[in-house]
Amino acid sequence: MSKTTEQVRKSLARRYRAERRFRAYGIISIAIGLAALAILFTDIIGKGHSAFFEHYIKLDIAFDQQTLDIEDARDPDQLNYGNYDGAVREALKARFPEVTERLQVRELSALMSIGAGYELRDLLRENPEWLGTTQTLWLLADDDVDLFLKAGEKGRENSRMTAEQKSWTMELERAGDTERRFNASFFSRGDSREPELAGIWSAAVGSFFTMLVTLCLSFPIGVAAAIYLEEFAPRNRFTDFIEVNINNLAAVPSIIFGLLGLAIFINLFGVPRSVPVLGGLVLTLMTLPTIIITSRASIKTVPPSIREAAMGLGASRMQVVLHHVLPLALPGMLTGAIIGMAQALGETAPLLLIGMVAFIVDVPTGPLDASTVLPVQIYLWADSPEQSFVAMTSAAIMVLLAFLIAMNTLAVVLRKRLERRW
Amino acid sequence: MQTGNLLLLLIVMVALAYYLGHQRSLALARPLGGIRHLHSLPFYYAMRAALWCALPALLILGAWLAFDDTIIRQTVMQGLPEALRPDSDGARGLLLSQIQNVASGSLSPESVDPAIAAAAERLNGLRTTSAMALTVVVIAVGLIGAAWGWVKIAPQLRARQQVESILRVIFMLCATVAILTTVGILMSVLFESIRFFQKVSPAEFLFGLQWSPQTALRVDQVASSGAFGAIPLFVGTLLISSIALLVAVPIGLMSAIYLAEYAPSRVRSVAKPMLEILAGVPTVVYGFFAALTVAPFIRSVGEAVGLSVASESALAAGLVMGVMIIPFVSSLSDDVITAVPQVMRDGSLGLGATRSETIRKVVFPAALPGIMGGILLAASRAIGETMIVVMAAGLAANLTANPLDAVTTVTVQIVTLLTGDQEFDSAKTLAAFALGLMLFLTTLCLNILALHIVKKYREQYE
Repeated sequence: MSKTTEQVRKSLARRYRAERRFRAYGIISIAIGLAALAILFTDIIGKGHSAFFEHYIKLDIAFDQQTLDIEDARDPDQLNYGNYDGAVREALKARFPEVTERLQVRELSALMSIGAGYELRDLLRENPEWLGTTQTLWLLADDDVDLFLKAGEKGRENSRMTAEQKSWTMELERAGDTERRFNASFFSRGDSREPELAGIWSAAVGSFFTMLVTLCLSFPIGVAAAIYLEEFAPRNRFTDFIEVNINNLAAVPSIIFGLLGLAIFINLFGVPRSVPVLGGLVLTLMTLPTIIITSRASIKTVPPSIREAAMGLGASRMQVVLHHVLPLALPGMLTGAIIGMAQALGETAPLLLIGMVAFIVDVPTGPLDASTVLPVQIYLWADSPEQSFVAMTSAAIMVLLAFLIAMNTLAVVLRKRLERRW
Repeated sequence: MQTGNLLLLLIVMVALAYYLGHQRSLALARPLGGIRHLHSLPFYYAMRAALWCALPALLILGAWLAFDDTIIRQTVMQGLPEALRPDSDGARGLLLSQIQNVASGSLSPESVDPAIAAAAERLNGLRTTSAMALTVVVIAVGLIGAAWGWVKIAPQLRARQQVESILRVIFMLCATVAILTTVGILMSVLFESIRFFQKVSPAEFLFGLQWSPQTALRVDQVASSGAFGAIPLFVGTLLISSIALLVAVPIGLMSAIYLAEYAPSRVRSVAKPMLEILAGVPTVVYGFFAALTVAPFIRSVGEAVGLSVASESALAAGLVMGVMIIPFVSSLSDDVITAVPQVMRDGSLGLGATRSETIRKVVFPAALPGIMGGILLAASRAIGETMIVVMAAGLAANLTANPLDAVTTVTVQIVTLLTGDQEFDSAKTLAAFALGLMLFLTTLCLNILALHIVKKYREQYE
C-alpha cells in the first residue's frame, strides 16, 4: 500500500469523527433550544396552575341585626353600610371559642378574605329574609390561608402565617370545613390589591379594545400602503426611501414607539393617557411595517397573467387591483395581520411609557376608558410583593399564551387552507 | 356632541350621499336609455359623492381634534392675570395641571385662587364651545360636500377617473405613514434631547462615569443635582447584549445548519416552527421567567461554588435574552444557507469532502455575509429589548464587566425615568429622551448595515 493511501485512510477516520461531532453540535443546539422552550412552559404551568383554584371556608354566619347594624334588609342604604366584617368575625369567634384576646381575634379574622364581607352583602341583598337567621355558608379564604392549604410540607413551614393561624387553619382542614373550588372570579374580576380577589377580566377587555383600535387602523392602512408600493409606485428615490423606512421601522426597538407616543400623541396632541385609543395608535405604528411587508409578499404571489387578462378586457389599473389582485391576495394579508396582531398583543414596553401601568379595577366599557392590558397586568403582578401573585402572574401568562397560540394556529390554518398554487 | 357619535353621524351621512348619488346617476341615465350612456358606472358617481362628503369633513375633524386642546390651553394661560402668569416652564405645567384639575372637578374651586377658578371655568367653557363648533362645522362641511358631489353628477362626468385618482392618492398617503412615523420618532426624541443637552452638556452625558438621575424635589435637598454620565448604561447594555449573543449565535447558527443541511424533512417541519415559538413568546413572560426562575437558580449555583452573585444579575437577563433571540439568528441563517446554490455543494462533495467540510469550507463562507446581517439584526434586537432587563437586570448603574453583578441598561432607564408622575421638563425625564435618541441611532445604524449586507449578498447568485 502506498504512503498516500495510508495517510488518507488514517485521516479518513479523523474526518469522519469530525463529521459526527459537527452533526452532534447541530442536534445539541436544537435540543437546547427546544429544552429552553419546554422549561419555560413547564415552569409557567407549574407555578400557575394552582391559581385556577382557591379555597373556601365553611362558617355559620349569624345575620344578627345588632352585629350587622341593619334593621331593614330591604333598605339599600343600610345594606351598603352594614358591618359584615363584624358578622364574619363573630362567626369565627363562635367557631373557635377559646380565642378571646383582641390581638388573637384580629389574627383569627385575617383568615378570611376581605372579600367575604362583600359576598355577605350581596347574599343578603338577594335573600333579605335571612336577616336574623343563621346560615351555613362557604366564604372565600385569605390568600395566605389559600397558599398554606395548597402548599406541601415544606411550603407550610415557610408560610408567613403565625403559628396560631396555622393551627386554626389545620383544624378547619381536619374538620372538612375547607374546600378547593375553581377560581371563576379570576376570569371575571378586575385587578385588586388582594390576590384572592384579583382577576384578569378588566385587563382582557382593555387588551380587546386596544387590539380593536390597532386592527381597524393598521390593517386598512397597511394593505393600502402595500398596494401602492407593489402596483402603483414608480421606481424612484421616493419609493426607495419609503421602503428603507418600512424595513427600518420593523426593526426599531418597541420602546422607541413608546417615546413617540409620549412626545407626539400625549404632549403635542393632548390625547389622554392610559386609554386603549392611545395604546392602539402606538401599536398601529409598530405593527404597520409587519403588515405592509407580508401584504406585499402576498400581492407578489398573484401571477401577472391575472392582471394581464383583466387589463385585456379593458379594466383600469385600479379595477384590476381592487377586483382581482386584492381578493386573491387577501388570505395572505390576513395571515400577516394576525401575526402582527399577535405581536401587538404581547407588547408591553411602549405601553408602560404611555401610562397604561395604572392600577385599574373597573372593567373598561369603551376605547376611551382608562384601562390596562394583559401583558402590563402581568408586569404589575410580577412586581407585586404578595406571594400569591406569583401564581396569579403565571396563570395570567398562561391565558396570554393561550391567546397567542390560538392566533398563530389560526394564521397557520388560514395559510394552509387558502394557499393557492398557480 | 361626542367625537364617537359625530363619527357615527358622519358615516350615516356618507352612506346617504352614496345612496342619493347612486339614485341620481340612475335617474339621469334613464331618459338616455340606460347606464350604457353614462361615462362611468353608477358606482363611481355614488362613490364620488360619498368621498366628497367624507374627506373634507374627516380632514377638518382630524386637524381640529389634534390641535384644539393645545390652542385652548394656550388661550386660557394667556387669559390669566399678569401677576399669576408663570415665568418658568415648570411653574407653567404645575399651574396648568391645577387648572385642569379644577376644571375636571377633582379639585374644589374654593380651595384655589379665584383667578385660577375663573381660568378653569373658562377652560370648560372653551371646551364646550369648541366641541359644539366642531359638530356644526363637520356636519356643515359634510353636507356641502355631499351636495356638491350630488349636483355635479352628469352623464359626461369622468367619475371613474376622479375616484381612482383620489384612491391612488389615499394609497400613497398610507405608504408615507412609514416616513411620517420615522420623522415623528426623530422629532420627538431630537427636540426633547436638545432641551436635555441645554441642561446637561453632551460631553458629560456621553463620557461621564456616574449615573444617578434622581433629581430632588426641592433645590436645597441633598443630591439635588443628578449625575447624567451614561457610560455605565452603555456598558451594561453591551454586557447583557454580548451575553445574549454568546448564547444565541452558536446555538442559532448550529440549529440552522442542522435544519438546512442534515435534518430529514419531517424533523425540520416540526423543529423549525417549535423554535420559532420562542420568538413569539411575549418578552414580559421572559422577564418573569428570568426574574423568578433563572436568576434565583444562578444565584444558588453561584453560592454553591462560593461566588457572590447579585440577586439580579446581568447573566440571568443575558441568558434568557439569548434564548429569546435564537430564532432570529436561526431563521435568517436558515434562509441564507438554503439560498446557497446546490451546485456549489455538489462540486465540493464530488471532490470527496465530507458534508461538514462542505458546510464549513464552502456553504458557510458563501453564506457568511447574510449570516452576519442576521446576527446584526439580532444584536439590535438585544440592545433594544426592554422587559427582560427591566424585570431581571436591576436598576443599579454599576460600571462593571462582571456578569454576576447587577447592571442596568439604556432601555431600563428609559422606563424607570418615564413611569411615574413627573413633569416633562426636568432633566430627569428629558434624559430618557436623550437615551432614546442614542438607542434609536445605534439600532438604526445596525439595521441599515444589516439590511445592506443582506441585500447585497442576496444579489450574488441572481
